[in-house]
Amino acid sequence: MTREEIIKPENLVYRRTPVLTDNVMHYCPGCGHGTIHRIIAEVIEEMGIQDKVIGISPVGCSVFAYNYFDVDFIEAAHGRAPACATAVKRLNPDKFVFTYQGDGDLAAIGTAETIHACNRGENITMIFVNNAIYGMTGGQMAPTTLLGMKTVTTPYGRTVEANGYPLRITDIIASLPGAYYVTRQAVFTPAHVRKCKKAIRQAFENQKLKKGVSFVEVVSNCNSNWKMPAVKANEWLEENMLPFYPLGDLKVPEK
Amino acid sequence: MAFQGTLVIDTEKCKGCGVCIQGCPNKVIALSKKVNHKGYNYLEMVNESACIGCANCAVVCPDGVIEVYRAKI
Amino acid sequence: MAKELKLMKGNEAIAESAIRHGVDGYFGYPITPQSEVLEHLALENPIKTTGMVVLQAESETASINMVYAGASCGKKVMTSSSSPGISLMQEGLSYMAGAELPAVVVNVVRGGPGLGTIQPSQADYFQSTKGGGHGDYRLITLAPASVQEMYDFVGLAFELAFKYRNPALILSDGMIGQVMEKVVIDDYQPRWTDEYIAEHFPWATVGKPATRKHNFITSLELDSAVQEQNNIRIQKKYKECEEKEVRYEMINCEDADYLFVAYGSSARICQKSIELARAEGIKVGLFRPITLWPFPSKQLKEAAKNVKGILSVEMNAGQMIEDVKLATECRVKTEHYGRNGGMIPDPNEILEALKKQIM
Repeated sequence: MTREEIIKPENLVYRRTPVLTDNVMHYCPGCGHGTIHRIIAEVIEEMGIQDKVIGISPVGCSVFAYNYFDVDFIEAAHGRAPACATAVKRLNPDKFVFTYQGDGDLAAIGTAETIHACNRGENITMIFVNNAIYGMTGGQMAPTTLLGMKTVTTPYGRTVEANGYPLRITDIIASLPGAYYVTRQAVFTPAHVRKCKKAIRQAFENQKLKKGVSFVEVVSNCNSNWKMPAVKANEWLEENMLPFYPLGDLKVPEK
Repeated sequence: MAFQGTLVIDTEKCKGCGVCIQGCPNKVIALSKKVNHKGYNYLEMVNESACIGCANCAVVCPDGVIEVYRAKI
Repeated sequence: MAKELKLMKGNEAIAESAIRHGVDGYFGYPITPQSEVLEHLALENPIKTTGMVVLQAESETASINMVYAGASCGKKVMTSSSSPGISLMQEGLSYMAGAELPAVVVNVVRGGPGLGTIQPSQADYFQSTKGGGHGDYRLITLAPASVQEMYDFVGLAFELAFKYRNPALILSDGMIGQVMEKVVIDDYQPRWTDEYIAEHFPWATVGKPATRKHNFITSLELDSAVQEQNNIRIQKKYKECEEKEVRYEMINCEDADYLFVAYGSSARICQKSIELARAEGIKVGLFRPITLWPFPSKQLKEAAKNVKGILSVEMNAGQMIEDVKLATECRVKTEHYGRNGGMIPDPNEILEALKKQIM
């Protein structure tokens, strides 16, 4: 078969979802943010809820998420996305509301808002992208930075004595009664992407049940600030991040 | 049942990260020696006949630059 | 329905007014001396009647960001707090001014700095009228002097906030918040429908219909040329506000040789001082700014034309006096008299200050 014979509408198996805008994302080559954005947008498309979604973006690399999702969006102050989402959902209970935050935003400056939104059982979806480093500001230590990991503010490696322990905030959230569904996923291989997308779909579907927060951590990369090529970064992620942040469901709804 | 696949790559939006190449089961794709307007070595098909249209490359692409077609043969 | 008369605290009047003005959401955190706002709302439980959301947040930081997001959706949302809590909200207020969002914030001021005291004060004048947070912005600032005005200014503050797409502040104090007075209250205004919001606030993030581009609310703009234009647009709005929205009151000014300039609680106390002064044959009047920003500069300049001196009476160490002097271009002898740290001046001591500092 020739290429022309294959490229026909009836043979299309994958195309960029129209729930993403045409803007070229500012993320570095190979950054997980782009993939995570795309699968969230695909979920929104598949659920047919583009007109009912309000997203909240953080401060950090994904601050410009509103440029990439073709849905209504609010850019929150640093760490405050869960407070924003609380208000949006309570004032618009028929809408689908999601937050999108990085590790610094969700697990450092915004810890109070994160914990309390989850503990109140707000009927929202929270996406937490953990790459163990501050990306936008240039590679400083994050609350989730691994012990021994070098960043520009831990140039000799993170130590317990100087910096304390890396924070598994998702485990804390799973212990809260207000959290309905808590899972940890990744997007560095096609299989992980497919699984992560299913989890995000679940997290959005759950809003129909009004049973509390659905929380998806995505363990991701930061090749620029990890100072390695994208493919190498994904290998590093698998070898170093996953043993400390193991993938899988932390809390699943009781059947 | 066998499938023949092919890709439409938005080479101008490709950032040449190469993550998709890792995901391809049949070594269909590679980074070009040429660069796009932004200076990235973009993705191209180097072994088109081996493509089965599995969409692994598109699924893992951070920038959503790959469109996948698949026909039964 | 006819208007009702109710006896209530200033803080309760804020809460009751919010319910009756069709407010969609209140997000707050307890702090003395304004906790009755949240308490009254919790007791009234308006989610069951008007559908108004009332939520006790985990902090003032969370409250103001709930207000930020609620306002982004075109909803009428508000919060209230007292000085230390309002300091925590400055980040959110700056973001709202930058993102051009309408909302109402009530500050029932207590004495500072720091944790200070829980007694009334007017020490947050600078913070309220000069920006407060980072960046070039202003808050439309209303200063009630009675429980009735606490009630009335909720509606007015929302009207101005939506007209100019900017946060409006009701700058009260512990005295006006806690005192009980008769209040004429209105019938219930319905909350805005989704259709009304979509039609009147096309910028609001309410979910993107297929018929329009997506909306987004942000105060971020990395392109300096665009950010400068954003700031110019905001400043133009402020100019218009300064021209159109000045509010003030003048009492006994017609024949006055001297003026008290005072707002809120201080203005009420000054009225008694005027009575005492006039009994002694001293002709004093009161100029009361109701909008502290925009400050009634032109009007004060005019009112001060024929007076021999001005006493700026404030429950602080001297803040509004700077705006008084700017308004009069220092052409009139102007002094400050104030108590602070939660102390409230006595009418007699104000009169004594006038005699000693001005006459």
